[in-house]
Amino acid sequence: MVTELVKSENHYLTAFRELVPTMPWLELVRSGAIDRFEQLGFPTVRDEEFKYTNLASLAKERFQPATRAVEVIADVERFAYPETAGAHLVVVNGFLSEELSTRTGLDDVVAIDLFSAVADARYNKIARKYLARNANYHDNGLKALNTAFLQSGVFLWIPKNVKLETPLQITFVSDASSAKSASFPRLLVVAEENSSATLIESFVSNDDASHFTNAIAEIVLKDGARLEHYRLQNENRSSYHVGATAAELGRASSYDATSINFGAQLARHDVSVVMDHEGAECWVDGLYVAGANQHSDTHSVIDHKQPNCTSHQLYKGILDGNARAVFNGKIFVREGAQKTDAMQTNKNLLLSAQARVDTKPQLEIYADDVKCAHGAAVGQIDEEELFYLEARGLNPELGRSLLTYGFAEEVIGKIKIESIRAQLDEAVLTHLHTRLEA
Amino acid sequence: MLEIRNLHAANDGNEILKGINLTVRKGEVHAIMGPNGSGKSTLAKVLAGHPQYEVTAGEVLYEGKNLLEMPPDERAREGVFMAFQYPIEVPGVSNAQFLRLAYNEKRKHHGEEELDPLEFKDLLKERAKVVEMDASFMSRSVNEGFSGGEKKRNEILQMAVLEPKLAVLDETDSGLDIDALRVVAGGVNQLLTPDNAIIVVTHYQRLLNYIVPHYVHVLAGGRIAREGGKELALELEEKGYDWITSVDGGKGTGAGAPAN
Ligand SMILES: Nc1ncnc2c1ncn2[C@@H]1O[C@H](COP(=O)(O)OP(=O)(O)OP(=O)(O)O)[C@@H](O)[C@H]1O
Ligand SMILES: [Mg+2]
Repeated sequence: MVTELVKSENHYLTAFRELVPTMPWLELVRSGAIDRFEQLGFPTVRDEEFKYTNLASLAKERFQPATRAVEVIADVERFAYPETAGAHLVVVNGFLSEELSTRTGLDDVVAIDLFSAVADARYNKIARKYLARNANYHDNGLKALNTAFLQSGVFLWIPKNVKLETPLQITFVSDASSAKSASFPRLLVVAEENSSATLIESFVSNDDASHFTNAIAEIVLKDGARLEHYRLQNENRSSYHVGATAAELGRASSYDATSINFGAQLARHDVSVVMDHEGAECWVDGLYVAGANQHSDTHSVIDHKQPNCTSHQLYKGILDGNARAVFNGKIFVREGAQKTDAMQTNKNLLLSAQARVDTKPQLEIYADDVKCAHGAAVGQIDEEELFYLEARGLNPELGRSLLTYGFAEEVIGKIKIESIRAQLDEAVLTHLHTRLEA
Repeated sequence: MLEIRNLHAANDGNEILKGINLTVRKGEVHAIMGPNGSGKSTLAKVLAGHPQYEVTAGEVLYEGKNLLEMPPDERAREGVFMAFQYPIEVPGVSNAQFLRLAYNEKRKHHGEEELDPLEFKDLLKERAKVVEMDASFMSRSVNEGFSGGEKKRNEILQMAVLEPKLAVLDETDSGLDIDALRVVAGGVNQLLTPDNAIIVVTHYQRLLNYIVPHYVHVLAGGRIAREGGKELALELEEKGYDWITSVDGGKGTGAGAPAN
């Protein structure tokens, strides 16, 4: 078994050796990362963090790291949310496509290929300072693998005091023109002092072919910066998706993140927020919807290191069929982080007898003057609520759908971009094979 | 319209209704009164088809059809409406969405065109006037965070939208302030036509000053212990229930002079 795993991971090493060498700084990072991957491999269920998420089949499938080949995605605008009004970057199999991207309204920010930012004299200081800083690959084989294959990606730099009016969308498309491809999207966002922006990351598949996405987004908010961040994962049902979002928050900054997971046969999202400066506030919300044999895992870490920071977390899950979900939410309140206000809720709705969720909120508090609360719930459709709807003429199936929709609405309703909201409402209901207009 | 014959119903094997007989004709208002725990809500829920209650004997005919055979949603679409004593909160679903869905389900059932959101909005605006309900309630989640009285008013809004043939209002007056009671009762009166009927369950004569019943039935121990006209409610207000329950011993003859 072990030898088989090692063998299946070997082809990543082979593919790595075939990469064209680039600038020394990056070579150093990448070779360090591949060495780490060689030692760690894919996480196994023996790893506490992957206790309920078995990556054995992912390791076995021998996905091939994608190369920069595809530049044609028909009608790529169909992935764009209208509110972005032309602020749309398209990343195909991990590579930023200049042909497919449009930059309307982005004059005040820098939104370029991450790989070139590292080499560009204007941005390399910032890029090098923050790249691989928050998404640490030393103890995680998946992050190491992404870092080893860093060949493109997106660098988004929002200068001091710049307020981006329209939301910026980055669509990460997986395209099967090279079969069974593995892609390693990478995003680095640096929002300087008192800047503000809305960012949409959207992960989609261009076809039904099985693929493997291993994505990392690193986010740095300087003092007073504000970022509203939507991460939408709706890849096809035969794909594997692992992703990490790692944010560090400056003094009095505000990070409002919503992660939506609908897609992939196996999805894993690690989200971490480090609050190492006073007065920062974050919302780390999410919704996972899984049916059939889907597996959806969210691990979050919110780290209160300094006093007077506030974190709000609401994650909801809807599970049907044989779906399996995992929610693991850690909140640390470090010594001296007085006046911390941390609130975490995870609620799950099981629509079938076979669906299953493992939820584990964890609170570790080393300060005494704090306000912390957390809770987790797993439930079914409430029979009294259902009867109420039936008593108004809704058939039981429609009643169930409406209650499910209502359950999701607590997360979806907070989304400030109308077209995302509408799409998700629709998706929740079609996922459940029913409809509800308006 | 409604014919209840010797209805027995149980919850968890405990018999609560022990032989109810009641006939309601078009255009009539019936009041059901009776002490706490006498089975009023149970009767209402049995009529609405609550799955928790098992009918152990008797029958209920609604417009000549066997009501007890219909699933609850079909009863509703056929025009049976129960205003809940304790309305349920439905988080995340707006009042307007819910009402439109319910309204259109009924229309479809009767082979009529569904209304689109804009058309429905107009209709809803019109019907909201019946209970003087502010537009801000339409975009809020159904009953969520509503005060007790607001929930009751919302029940009657639903009634105004769905236009039932038979409405059973279970203590809709409890929790309403004096002004609200007048408004809601006035709304119910507006909805009363020669073609429909209303059963109001209440503890208070006060409501019956507004919604004047043709018949008053007193439920005690799962049976109808006494029946009469609207004066019976006044008598109850004055004397309480003791004299009924003691005289009839819960046998429910429905006749007999008050002992005193
Ligand atoms: N599962 C059960 N087992 C035993 N008794 C039950 C059960 N469910 C309900 N009951 C009883 O049935 C009786 C009738 O209840 P119901 O709610 O119909 O009364 P009500 O007349 O509406 O009272 P109120 O005026 O307080 O609203 C009550 O005494 C109640 O406790
Ligand atoms: Mg009652």
